Amino acid sequence: MKVLVTVKRVIDYNVKVRVKSDNTDVDLANVKMALNPFCEIAVEEAVRLKEAGTATEVVVVSIGPKACEEQIRTALALGVDRGIRIETEDSPESLNVAKLLAKVIEEEKPELIIMGKQAIDTDNNQTGQMLGALLDMPQGTFASEVQIDDGKVNVTREVDGGLQTVALNLPAIVTTDLRLNEPRYASLPNIMKAKRKPLDVKNPTDLGVELKAHTQLLKVTPPEERQAGIKVGSIDELVDKLKNEAKVL
Amino acid sequence: MAILVIAEHDNSTLKGATLNAVTAATRMGDDLHLLVAGADCGAVAEAAAKVACVSKVLVADNAAYEYQLAENISRLIAELGKNYSHVVSPATTNGKNFMPRVAALLDVAQLSDITAVDAADTFQRPIYAGNAIATVQSLDAIKVITVRGTAFDAAAAEGGSAAVEVVGSVHDAEISSFVGEEMAVSDRPELTAAKVVISGGRGMGNGENFELLERIADKLGAAVGASRAAVDAGFVPNDMQVGQTGKIVAPELYIAVGISGAIQHLAGMKDSKIIVAINKDEEAPIFSVADYGLVADLFDAVPELESKL
Repeated sequence: MKVLVTVKRVIDYNVKVRVKSDNTDVDLANVKMALNPFCEIAVEEAVRLKEAGTATEVVVVSIGPKACEEQIRTALALGVDRGIRIETEDSPESLNVAKLLAKVIEEEKPELIIMGKQAIDTDNNQTGQMLGALLDMPQGTFASEVQIDDGKVNVTREVDGGLQTVALNLPAIVTTDLRLNEPRYASLPNIMKAKRKPLDVKNPTDLGVELKAHTQLLKVTPPEERQAGIKVGSIDELVDKLKNEAKVL
Repeated sequence: MAILVIAEHDNSTLKGATLNAVTAATRMGDDLHLLVAGADCGAVAEAAAKVACVSKVLVADNAAYEYQLAENISRLIAELGKNYSHVVSPATTNGKNFMPRVAALLDVAQLSDITAVDAADTFQRPIYAGNAIATVQSLDAIKVITVRGTAFDAAAAEGGSAAVEVVGSVHDAEISSFVGEEMAVSDRPELTAAKVVISGGRGMGNGENFELLERIADKLGAAVGASRAAVDAGFVPNDMQVGQTGKIVAPELYIAVGISGAIQHLAGMKDSKIIVAINKDEEAPIFSVADYGLVADLFDAVPELESKL
């Protein structure tokens, strides 16, 4: 089967973000960028399916300016076969992303689409589900286990209070949670090889998608800072403070 | 136009997260309807009708909705949602699963995990793991919204007397089915609803040592949580994880034991009223958010704390 996986270029998760002083957005100038961790897990899962002989081809798609090709190349170095970048000025809203991906999927006709459950920049957790609605495909979100079996995929999902397993008809969409797998590192020879793998560029007009603004970002502010309190010297002092000062015991 | 709130339930009880979403919805408009979609969920509908500020309860009772399968329930909500100004759900794993599908079916954006309502079309939501707060205005006619429960007080569960109306529409997409579930069984309160939470991190050393925390939890009626490091190390199951990618909690008292305080963990608990940190590393970032910090070996401090409660 053909598997399609999506990746997003985001701020590296180890970097502490700062809000711009004019409160228009966070400051991404000269900040280290990386593959969104949940997308990395999606790539790993797709590559494992190929290694197991279940997937015949793995295609990666990313949306954004040319810089996103760095993340596509990372996916190619991890074992993906070819890449597609959809050219946009910046990172479009989830619904627009879903509409662009839907068109690529109509062309590529993968049987399984694996995506990260959310990007760690906007924290929306929407695109996979929206794509499912647009294509009328079933979804297995927040996946911790994926098993392909006879025209169906069984997805174990991390839900409030435990795990739920659903069976989905193929083609289907899976969004990854943290414990689905542990992504590998790309080896140097594979990084070199990835440079020669095919990478196509399309634009929204080719795909017949009009990008529409559904929301407007009015401002971005830093969260309320919590002040550090005091250090206590003993458990007795702690219990006393909790009882008599904080009054929470 | 009225506001449609989607009830979170398990076909027998109405979940508390619904009440926080109701409070958020009251700040968007006056006329609130609650949708209970499930199977044999009559008891939930009865409870929903008593919730304060709700004028009508819609009940869609059909096997197709029993497990809240997104493929089925999103079609129902989108069909009903066309007649509302706002469609609101708690940001539980159910709401997160089906609401973006509803938004796409209605061709509108979703505003995820809102923490404040500035106006009927303007909301605040955390981005970058809570390291920044975005104020976002919706330009759509229908606003599809998920609500972070810890950011809003719960509405009164009693006192309302809403009319109950049966919704006959059955949407069975027949592309997905429920196979099974493994739910954690515990006598302790749910993490997101507990008044006191005690969490352990990598410093706990292993899963058995979490028993030290469980003993305190039983004395205080607390829930037990964990940091991602403790979950990744295999000490405890993932449904105990507090953090950006786990549960977001905001109890009266949060006790962090052997947790260094990575950004990802702080994002999940920094709105707690009182934070206590016990860690032997006095430089641990957790102390920068703790109201009371104790620099000590947890294997001495925790048993002592238990004995003095």
